[in-house]
Amino acid sequence: MSRIGSIARRTFLIGSAAIAGGVAFGVYAYKQPVRNPLTDDLAEGEAALTPYVHIDQTGVTLITPRTDFGQGAYSVQAALLAEELDLAWEDIRVDPGPPSPAYYNGKVAAEGFPFPATDTGFVAKNARAFGDVVSKFMGLQITGGSSTVPDAFEKLRVAGATARQVLLEAAAQVTGIAKETLSTKDGSVVLPDGTMLSYSELAPVAAGIQPPREVALKPESEWRYLGKPMTRLDTLGKVTGTAQYGIDMTMPGMVYATVRTNPRLGGDVNGFDATAAETANGVLKVVPVTGGVGVIANNTWRAFQAAEAIEFDWGPAPYPADMEAMWEKVGTSFSKDRKDSRFKNDGDVEAAFESADTVLEAEYRIPYLAHAPLEPMNAVVQLKDGRLDIWTSTQIPIFAMAAAAEVSGLDAENIHLHVQISGGSFGRRLEDDFIRQAVELAQAVEGVPIKMTWSREEDMTHDFPRPMQMARARGVVKDGHVEAYDLGIAAPSVASSQMGRLNQSLPGPDIAIIAGAWDQPFAIPNYRVTGYRVPPLVPVSSWRSVGASGNGFLHDCFLDELIHAAGADPMEERIRLCWHAPSRRVLEAVAEMSNWGNDLGPDRGRGVAFTLSFGVPTAEVVEVTNTPDGIRINKVYVAAEVGKVLDPVNFENQVQGGVVWGLGHAMNCELTYDDGMPEQTNFHDFEGMRLYQCPEIEVRGLETTDDIRGIGEPSVPPAAPALANAIFAATGQRIRELPLNKHIDFV
Amino acid sequence: MKLTVNGNAHDLDVEPDMPLLWALRDELGITGPKYGCGIAMCGACTVHIDGVAVRSCSVQVGDVDGDVTTIEGLGTPDAMHAVQAAWFEHQVAQCGYCQSGQIMQAASLLEENPAPTDEDIDDAMSGNLCRCGTYPRIRAAVKTAAAKLSEG
Ligand code: FES
Ligand code: FES
Repeated sequence: MSRIGSIARRTFLIGSAAIAGGVAFGVYAYKQPVRNPLTDDLAEGEAALTPYVHIDQTGVTLITPRTDFGQGAYSVQAALLAEELDLAWEDIRVDPGPPSPAYYNGKVAAEGFPFPATDTGFVAKNARAFGDVVSKFMGLQITGGSSTVPDAFEKLRVAGATARQVLLEAAAQVTGIAKETLSTKDGSVVLPDGTMLSYSELAPVAAGIQPPREVALKPESEWRYLGKPMTRLDTLGKVTGTAQYGIDMTMPGMVYATVRTNPRLGGDVNGFDATAAETANGVLKVVPVTGGVGVIANNTWRAFQAAEAIEFDWGPAPYPADMEAMWEKVGTSFSKDRKDSRFKNDGDVEAAFESADTVLEAEYRIPYLAHAPLEPMNAVVQLKDGRLDIWTSTQIPIFAMAAAAEVSGLDAENIHLHVQISGGSFGRRLEDDFIRQAVELAQAVEGVPIKMTWSREEDMTHDFPRPMQMARARGVVKDGHVEAYDLGIAAPSVASSQMGRLNQSLPGPDIAIIAGAWDQPFAIPNYRVTGYRVPPLVPVSSWRSVGASGNGFLHDCFLDELIHAAGADPMEERIRLCWHAPSRRVLEAVAEMSNWGNDLGPDRGRGVAFTLSFGVPTAEVVEVTNTPDGIRINKVYVAAEVGKVLDPVNFENQVQGGVVWGLGHAMNCELTYDDGMPEQTNFHDFEGMRLYQCPEIEVRGLETTDDIRGIGEPSVPPAAPALANAIFAATGQRIRELPLNKHIDFV
Repeated sequence: MKLTVNGNAHDLDVEPDMPLLWALRDELGITGPKYGCGIAMCGACTVHIDGVAVRSCSVQVGDVDGDVTTIEGLGTPDAMHAVQAAWFEHQVAQCGYCQSGQIMQAASLLEENPAPTDEDIDDAMSGNLCRCGTYPRIRAAVKTAAAKLSEG
């Protein structure tokens, strides 16, 4: 890691010096929420190594190191920089930049500690600041955890403001006019007489100026871009077919490839017969790769056809072969020696159960789920004269570099990763498996660029899915209120599975097993959440909203059961139990938006659910009709508190997308395994929501705190429980297993 | 084999059972149509043959008996088709990978039915999957485009 890190630094310096007249500005003054001496020591070295603004003779390029896989990361990063640097929107160019530890994500590790987002005490704050330092040391350049905005909100505005100050100083030096009398406008410094000096003209002088260590940021009242609807920078390309995704990348002389590896993930290849493939039309080469075989051809379809014709003798899966055996493992994990955490333990649940007449009990199950972004995994790789170039989309550029170095045996300075936009990810591109394969294929045809594309079937059956989980819940109600809630959740550890593949280890408990459950702001008198770590089964990974994606369902549905058992109103009782003011406000907001309490009419029902995840309290109300042919989802209301909505249009789009994601998978998606292999292979049996099923989704962003948060994930967790709670309200049927269509039809 | 795409005539030397999608993408370098499933379940590969939306992953190139239009031929960044302009206005795209197929499907719908009802839109557009969940914006953009086109 550190070797890769230092090499990545050097590579960047070479890269930027090569641009004639170029100048790069970085973050020179970065105030920590809690100051740490380590950051003071690092600040000097970092100054030249955290470049976000690059100016050369052709204009300004903003470096946007968080990957854009559809969530609008490039545009929001550009807006933060441009707001302070003063650029015209139509002149903005962005570049993801090279992989570099300088682009560490200070917020992605900050929430990896056992303190709920509602805890703003001294210890919790220090732990989060420590997470920032850990990220900085490890050079964790990661996109994920809805952390792009929280990480960038100050950092990138400071970088933009710093660059602007240097350009003003450069103009003062060039003209001899006092800096204080100069201003900027749309990429130029404006002299008192109205003369404009473009940033490009000033770049050569600016390059020699020492940047200020402290800069003032614009007050919010003067914001020109932030907080207002933006036209995302990628919109035009995406509506005209001119946006180039990783899968569209083309090189002269490029050949096309695909792979097939053991669908029993991690299993061996005992043997294969590729005779038919080798002689198939257009096939150039059949190449053994780790865990399977690659086919290199002169057309992707021909490669697919040939790969399909290979006969394999796959070895067994290194995990139980079918669902029954896996559920057995999960079910027996509710034990003392598999106990992973108990960070929530209020009151005395055992005493409450002993003194109660009736204890409600329920068991819940949720399935494995594939990420299945619409663009299947792919990479273009060229190995030529000891230099490796990789064009692909990844959420983990530095780990991807390390993987390519390991496979190729090359030093990282000879590896060039060009990060592409991608057709979704949802966590899938936190893995480097497909990049390793593409490097192996490129090694087999040195000098020739290859484009490796997975078939949809390969993609669906070689995902690292969201884990299956089981919950065992007990509760007591008293005097019309929820009195005790004891939730045990058993799940395989995403964090240790994923970090293991990146050659890292996970110290301590896995927060993902209980995220979205243990950290909910309810003042239930006796309240306990316990995580149990199931032994590794299928290798698993982060799936949009990670632990909270499933725990939102497990936690909120049983809470809903208890509230109904108490005879209380689902909305009123949640609000009464909620001690956290911002969370209460989102519940009150959806109550008002949905006109909660009015009569919906016959065969209708509504459900509410709440999950605080990634620091964002989110409440959703779903309204359904029980039609003779099945459940129709009529309308969804969402309220989320993010501190500041930076782009209202993209905010709404992301929230709606998260709701569709949450509802669609809850309705009809699961990945099941038989004989060690996933049974679902394409979108015919892993469908999600289709347009005709999509309800109207009304969204409200609350801005009542100063806690700036990201919105890519938080609308996912409450969607499934709000739907299940609505189905209960409309039909009286309490469904405790996903997908819901195992028990009820949808129209 | 002759193939006309976006007004340009091409001579292709490929097996007739190659899906049109892969002839477009890998033989002609036309990458607007996307590969998502290969089995007509997602719509990412949607193009027009004589103005009618088809799944290019499931049409053999040897069976193409009309002029092919891809997203690149529908309109350009400088001169967008009304459907593209509506998509731009509503900022429909998230990852955008499904959107060239969505736009081609919508353009074909409006060509055939300039004033679609909500149900017509549901029927025409439900074969196009969007994993990012942009459906609310797709609906709104189809309506905007329909209104625009009916103005003339
Ligand atoms: S790729 Fe043709 S419909 Fe999915
Ligand atoms: S915008 Fe991503 S799949 Fe539709």
